[in-house]
Amino acid sequence: MTEAGEAAVAPPHERSRAWLADAAERYALLAVWGATCVVFGILRPDTFLTTSNFTTIFGSQAILVVLTLALLAPLTAGDYDLSVAATMTLSAMTVAILNVDHGWSVWAAVAAALGVGLAVGVVNGALVVLLDIDSLIATLGTSTFIAGVVLWISNSQTVSGVSDSLVELVVVRRFLGIPLEFYYGLALGLVLFHVFEFMPIGRRLLFVGRGRSVARLSGIRVSRLRWGALVVSGAISAFAGVLYAGTLGSADPTSGLSFLLPAFAAAFLGATTIMPGRFNPIGSIAAVYFLVTGITGLQLLGVQTFVQQLFYGGALVLAVALSQFARRRDARNAS
Amino acid sequence: MAEGAARPRLEVRGLAKSFGGTQALRGVDLSLLPGEVHGLLGENGSGKSTLIKVLAGFHEPDAGELWIDGEPVRLPLSTGQFRELGMSFVHQQLGLVESLSVLENLRVAEIASSRSRFGISWRSERARARETFERYGLRLDPRAAVAGLRPVERALLAIVRALEENRSVGRGHGILVLDEPTVFLPREGIERLFTLVREAAAGGASILFVSHDLDEVREITDRVTVLRDGARVGTVVTAETSETQFVEMIVGRRLAAMAEFEHHDLSGKRVGVAVEALTGATVRDVSLDLHEGEVVGLTGLIGSGFDEVPYLLYGARRARSGRLRLGGETYDLTSLHPHEAVAAGVALIPADRPNDGCVGSLPVSENVVLAVLDRYFNGVALDRRRARRDTGRLMREFDVRPPDPSLPYGALSGGNQQKALLAKWFQTEPRLLLLDEPTQGVDVGARQQIFELLRAAAEERGMCVVCASSDYEQLAAICDRVLVFGRGRVWRRLAGGEVTKERIVEQSYAAMAAEVAGVVA
Repeated sequence: MTEAGEAAVAPPHERSRAWLADAAERYALLAVWGATCVVFGILRPDTFLTTSNFTTIFGSQAILVVLTLALLAPLTAGDYDLSVAATMTLSAMTVAILNVDHGWSVWAAVAAALGVGLAVGVVNGALVVLLDIDSLIATLGTSTFIAGVVLWISNSQTVSGVSDSLVELVVVRRFLGIPLEFYYGLALGLVLFHVFEFMPIGRRLLFVGRGRSVARLSGIRVSRLRWGALVVSGAISAFAGVLYAGTLGSADPTSGLSFLLPAFAAAFLGATTIMPGRFNPIGSIAAVYFLVTGITGLQLLGVQTFVQQLFYGGALVLAVALSQFARRRDARNAS
Repeated sequence: MAEGAARPRLEVRGLAKSFGGTQALRGVDLSLLPGEVHGLLGENGSGKSTLIKVLAGFHEPDAGELWIDGEPVRLPLSTGQFRELGMSFVHQQLGLVESLSVLENLRVAEIASSRSRFGISWRSERARARETFERYGLRLDPRAAVAGLRPVERALLAIVRALEENRSVGRGHGILVLDEPTVFLPREGIERLFTLVREAAAGGASILFVSHDLDEVREITDRVTVLRDGARVGTVVTAETSETQFVEMIVGRRLAAMAEFEHHDLSGKRVGVAVEALTGATVRDVSLDLHEGEVVGLTGLIGSGFDEVPYLLYGARRARSGRLRLGGETYDLTSLHPHEAVAAGVALIPADRPNDGCVGSLPVSENVVLAVLDRYFNGVALDRRRARRDTGRLMREFDVRPPDPSLPYGALSGGNQQKALLAKWFQTEPRLLLLDEPTQGVDVGARQQIFELLRAAAEERGMCVVCASSDYEQLAAICDRVLVFGRGRVWRRLAGGEVTKERIVEQSYAAMAAEVAGVVA
């Protein structure tokens, strides 16, 4: 078509302009993040621009990073997993109850918690693939069900006293001043990046999400991949739960549930950066830290805690609006 | 029929519409007189459905004027505006909601329009509906679910609904558009439909009757407009035109642009692929042997089932029964999955490119490489640079323009998309290539290239090719044999010198006629 033909013979300055626009889109979020830091740095130089503030920002949000990463596999495959936060809570509770109440070794409890996460993923996948229930509805159901199970097994009580050896490895020990859990999140992000971008399964997953019929007719086992994505999401959510138990040294039955919306906000916002239009791990990590920086800064300015909800809710809608805009523009350019 | 001086009820002038690189309508004129049944004839892709979709406000035309009762109307029409203009449509899919009752379907326009009252008295609506059906001599229960109706009853319901809309909005003088309403009807149903159409026309309505079926068009219409390649060939008075003249108008006597292609007799060669006792949703008990290097065409009219065969052989749709024999293995088509078909050396180029073929928003290289991803994986990482380089090479080899692998697939024109899709599947070196309408939405130049690619694949690589198509010229240009389907069965097998466009057209219509006469069934 004409547009394509023109693109091929476009003069060099137009090509470089297109390249610039592309780069601007990719790194816009990072630039906004930098600008946010500068603004808060000017407004609150004594409290915002301190090492301890940044180590807090990086360390405290590792759980949200891991939970956001859990969403990426199903989102890429075109499915929603609303049960990630509940699975995380269940996993943290499993660690605490088995370790504290039943006297299991903490590592056995962690293994059991990861197993529980896998099992949730298997059930979600069965509902979505075998019974052909819309993933949004299926995981909304399992999420509420799991939240109920957590209240049941914990008698609605916080279980504290999780073994120090877990706490030690999650938050106490530091590298470059930042708790180790930050590096766990980062490592998981890099692994997922490699899987999504440099392994056949990642490419296939992308096609499953973008064109399920295309994928099926290209010989991809669509059902198996969708199921697998939900199992991976269950397992990573459980890992987030282990970190949660390790961070607090305890597990409470409800606070984890509030992570669901921030995780979605970060996943969608992450899809507008680094690799615009695709859910991507690096963009998601950047998005988590951008959101947290904003919130922390506002809190240092004395704004009350409700700003969190305003910020996350607004960011989710804005991110989706931006990606819709980009998609429509791409569709226009494509036709 | 009103002749001569009568002012046309509807007039279309110079209507043009293009999709991507293809010109679907090139300056089409059409006029409908009051009380006239006007036929619209043409092959698939001749522009009939595009024309109707413009009238329904579904497509935005590039150019053209619309006049209703001598008044100009601004194009494009907004959604639902056709009702205000006194038009009603019966589309091929009938537009009925299966899960709702006959009555709800009958009154859907009233319910949808803003004029609807606040409360609906279902009791009196039922009584009115019964009266309506009686007037048309139909026995339909207003409370019955549409899902439980026979095809004839559904078609008649859709037509009665359109006629009723016509009566209430157009005061009986409106415009009724019937788009292929007879495809799924048996002869007796067609008779009743025609009675209704004649009555409506006698009452002053103008009727546009769109059909493939020459006999029906000759029976019911007063005048006929023939379209070919998006242009109007002519408008003629039905009674003054012979069947041969019609066929010539539809098919055209184009100069032999295509290099004369020799239809090989390959029956001496080894059988590469055998299909046994294939039964699907429409096709029944189809068996077929393909010799190595043979291109076999499947064709027929809409509803004859030929177009489901490629999907059944690929496992994309479940067959009720049937086996596929390929390279010493036998596959059960009732349980075959596409990934098993791919592994067995089968490739499918589907007709619905945007939904089934490739993902338009992803780069060409990712789309093309998808079929052979494992070749670029060394156990640790994909060699994406090599994949892009290979795609670029393939794009040049298949003359995909521009040969830039990083371009979104959707930015290519229809013809180039199709060539890229062929490149994607030729990498897998399939033994059996299945095609459904391979040159739909493809411009003339690319069409010729695709033909050459397919012929070369068959002759040089010994690939077996099955091509389902309603483009008769294309079948004549690439196929060694052509099977013509009628109501799910193979009606004729044409081979050698018989594989000509004229002969395929003739047999397709004959299959339909025989079907109606009950010979095939």
